[in-house]
Amino acid sequence: MPKISLTINDKKIEAESGQTILEVAKENGIKIPTLCHDPRLEPYGACRVCLVEVEGARNFLPACATEIANGMVVKTNTIPLYKIRRTIVELLLSDHELSCVTCESAGQCQLQDLAYELGIEENRFEGERHTYTIEDYNPLIERDLNKCILCGRCVRICEEVQQDRIYTFANRGFDAVVTTPYDRSLIETKCELCGQCISTCPTGALTEKMSRYKGRIWEIEKVKTICPYCGCGCELELQVKDGEIVRVSSDVEGGINKGNTCAKGRFGYDFVNHPDRLTSPLVRKDGKLVEASWDEAIKTVADKFSRIKKRHGPDAIAGLSSAKCTNEENYLMQKFMRAVIGTNNIDHCARL
Amino acid sequence: MVKGKQTRVFICTGTGCVLSGSMKVKAAFKSELKKRKISEIDIVQTGCHGFCQQGPIVVIQPEGFFYPRVSVENVPRIVEEHLVGGKVVEDLLYEDSLTNKKIPLYKDINFYKKQNRIVLKNCGLIDPEDIDDYIEHGGYKAFKKVLSEMTPEKVIEEVKASGLRGRGGAGFPTGLKWDFARKAPGDIKYIICNADEGDPGAFMDRSVLEGDPHSILEGMVIAGYAIGASEGYIYVRAEYPLAVKRLGIAVEQAKKKGFLGKNILDSSFNFNVKIKEGAGAFVCGEETALIASIEGRRGMPRIRPPFPAQSGLWGKPTNINNVETLANVAWIIVNGVDKFTSIGTEKSKGTKIFAVTGKVKNGGLVEVPMGTTLREVIFDICGGVKDDKEFKAVQIGGPSGGCLPAKFLDTSIDYESLAKTGAIVGSGGMVVMDKSSCMVDLARYFLAFTQKESCGKCAPCRIGTKRMLEMLQRMTRGESSEEEVVLLEQLAEDVKVSSLCGLGQTASNPVLTMLKYFRKEFEEHVKEGRCRAGVCSELITYVIKDNVCKGCGVCKKHCPVGAIRGEKKQPHEIDVTKCVKCGICMQHCSFDAIYVAK
Ligand SMILES: Cc1cc2nc3c(=O)[nH]c(=O)nc-3n(C[C@H](O)[C@H](O)[C@H](O)COP(=O)(O)O)c2cc1C
Ligand code: SF4
Ligand code: SF4
Ligand code: SF4
Ligand code: FES
Repeated sequence: MPKISLTINDKKIEAESGQTILEVAKENGIKIPTLCHDPRLEPYGACRVCLVEVEGARNFLPACATEIANGMVVKTNTIPLYKIRRTIVELLLSDHELSCVTCESAGQCQLQDLAYELGIEENRFEGERHTYTIEDYNPLIERDLNKCILCGRCVRICEEVQQDRIYTFANRGFDAVVTTPYDRSLIETKCELCGQCISTCPTGALTEKMSRYKGRIWEIEKVKTICPYCGCGCELELQVKDGEIVRVSSDVEGGINKGNTCAKGRFGYDFVNHPDRLTSPLVRKDGKLVEASWDEAIKTVADKFSRIKKRHGPDAIAGLSSAKCTNEENYLMQKFMRAVIGTNNIDHCARL
Repeated sequence: MVKGKQTRVFICTGTGCVLSGSMKVKAAFKSELKKRKISEIDIVQTGCHGFCQQGPIVVIQPEGFFYPRVSVENVPRIVEEHLVGGKVVEDLLYEDSLTNKKIPLYKDINFYKKQNRIVLKNCGLIDPEDIDDYIEHGGYKAFKKVLSEMTPEKVIEEVKASGLRGRGGAGFPTGLKWDFARKAPGDIKYIICNADEGDPGAFMDRSVLEGDPHSILEGMVIAGYAIGASEGYIYVRAEYPLAVKRLGIAVEQAKKKGFLGKNILDSSFNFNVKIKEGAGAFVCGEETALIASIEGRRGMPRIRPPFPAQSGLWGKPTNINNVETLANVAWIIVNGVDKFTSIGTEKSKGTKIFAVTGKVKNGGLVEVPMGTTLREVIFDICGGVKDDKEFKAVQIGGPSGGCLPAKFLDTSIDYESLAKTGAIVGSGGMVVMDKSSCMVDLARYFLAFTQKESCGKCAPCRIGTKRMLEMLQRMTRGESSEEEVVLLEQLAEDVKVSSLCGLGQTASNPVLTMLKYFRKEFEEHVKEGRCRAGVCSELITYVIKDNVCKGCGVCKKHCPVGAIRGEKKQPHEIDVTKCVKCGICMQHCSFDAIYVAK
């Protein structure tokens, strides 16, 4: 990509062409507020809080959706821009159930952060408010439209990333709303409950039901890990409080998955602290499974494999490895079957 | 004496005249002629004449005798006296509102005399359901010329040189737009005709669609040839059933005559037109929302760039033009650039159609050269304010436009001059108001419209227009304050500069111009609880203090609605059920006996 030069807030900047003003600003430590932007999605330009001044342009331009050009002169911090941002955030808050005290999003809410940054204590634009009933039929995703700012991120992530179209907009004007086909509950639609919509929602409108009241964002520790479910190797952040996972998220900037996960990765963590979870190997003795050491367990398996091989030959044994294992582990598994056991009877559960 | 074959009775079947009964008039003519066994006289149904207030309109050709407001009962007389007897029916003729003189001929009527009908040239003169009639009037001549003598580049050059600018509102140079679409890489390109016309009160496009559909098709095929498109869409609102029907007929006829289809007129050029009915959302007139709607998605605008010329319908380069814009094209090709550029102002060439409505004597469709003044349109052509009342304001450009007071009456109608005032040419709505209109209430009306039609995508428009509307509602109810007027203006400015599409960016125009030119009225509402037009009757009540009232009766004399009663020298009383809260009584009382109770 050819380099081009521009200035943002009087700072001379060299950047690769094809980038947006927002991307370049971010790389250079210049913060531009956003609400409807998610790097995983196509530029949308709807919330308008990222508007910037570009010399020679007729209107203010959305930084998230405007490509840089050579010689561009951009200002992100002028008084008119602050005024507009303030007006927009006040307008959003004027039709928003402001319950930060108990909201799961508090502390990680882009609307709250922006209101704080702009120092909005009083709202000049009070007026009619919507009251929506909270969708409560599915086990995983809580949809509280009273906190929705209509950024369209859930609609778009479902369509653009998941290639599904569970959400859409309905109605016009002030009554515009995000809805599902025929306004049904998510489990009555084709929704796979992947929770990608939660991952992109900038507010507390979409949250994880299982995490309700389990822990505030400032109480938790984020532990980076690789998802145990399949060989894709998605990076996850386990949000842990007092040694228990309260929520699973993923960093849009890290990992091969760029913040995307499937339903299992996001919600399938309850086994970790489940009472039925096996925590040591079991060996059957006198028809009963009893706890054993790893050494004892491995020895038992090795003995029995050797006996079978001797009596019936290596092809009497077959191996089926798991998609939950890493590539390396799967490699070792087939090596073990071929070189140690001496059979080609090896397969993998993902090869269905 | 029955006149020869050339005599034809033209009956207007535009929507306005149909509503006032022209279909019955047509039937009456048919049966009357049949009864008298007259077969030499043709009855022709035409599109709108633009003079809808005078409908149903009947014109006897070839001379052009003009009969307004024809009823079924008038038909036997017209047949008997005019068609058979050869004498005009004097008392049924049109009477000029200024001179009170009867005017027999169409062309001598003031309403038409000052117009310059390029786009509307055929409206009212041809049968819109008959392609031969269009061809006889010079139709498809331009297209044949383009196809046989001109390269696409040459066509674009001509349109550029003509200075034609988009009539859909933004006024973008049409030739330039075509050039972008031609130069955009891609094999498949589209032409879209924007016939969504969603402004309340506007019916310019409808009249062309209904009265001369082939002129639009001709514009489209020429545009298709110029940019290299082989498919066109007409996006027309489903609320225009007559337009939809006539477009359908026109497309079929054009196919049969070989103006549409494959290898048109033995050339290698292919072009087809599809009609897509829109479900009547104002925002679907915005080009990116319109494209989304054709694609079967929700009509929501998207950010530009990319512009439709780069990536439009189905992601292909697309040129989108308004009905009126396209209807100019054939005229320019046939009559030449010089003739077109001789009409209009330096930067705004040609004519513009306005739909003049409201408190005006002769409302209707008016096509005037750019550069005509507002006064000429409202007073000279449309006869001035109804009942000779005082002119108060004119709203130009519908809910996206601005409201101008009398001091702007001599403003020239062109893109630049109107923009300077805060109004816009827009699509061409023009609502005339006298002093019975309340500006606060009118601002409320327009915002109620834009708020309802906002697509809801961007926050400033979705919530901002709602909050503005609420403020205006409070003002009309007397629940507001001076601070709120200031806040309203600030919010209107913010919404204007921060909204995503034209709808939100222009939604503030009515409020802002009304605040600029009629601020006093807003202040009267919030400070005194008074609506001088007497429209906002939910405001405060006026009360007469009976211990101060001298019973002079001045208030009673001035009350425009007779809401005050009382005997001479006795305390008077205001009937709150009749009072319209105009405050006139209070202004006239010399004893300060009338006060406002909130
Ligand atoms: C809210 C909104 C409504 C519009 N409605 C119409 C319409 O009904 N008809 C139209 O031709 N243009 C309409 N436009 C303008 C179109 O977006 C577009 O500019 C126009 O069709 C281009 O054609 P032109 O260059 O021939 O004017 C509208 C624009 C906005 C923002
Ligand atoms: S969504 Fe954000 S602003 Fe709204 S209640 Fe929750 S934390 Fe507060
Ligand atoms: S639910 Fe969340 S992501 Fe979806 S539109 Fe509302 S605020 Fe945006
Ligand atoms: S300005 Fe209004 S109509 Fe246009 S995109 Fe925004 S919300 Fe939709
Ligand atoms: S982040 Fe750019 S418009 Fe919303």
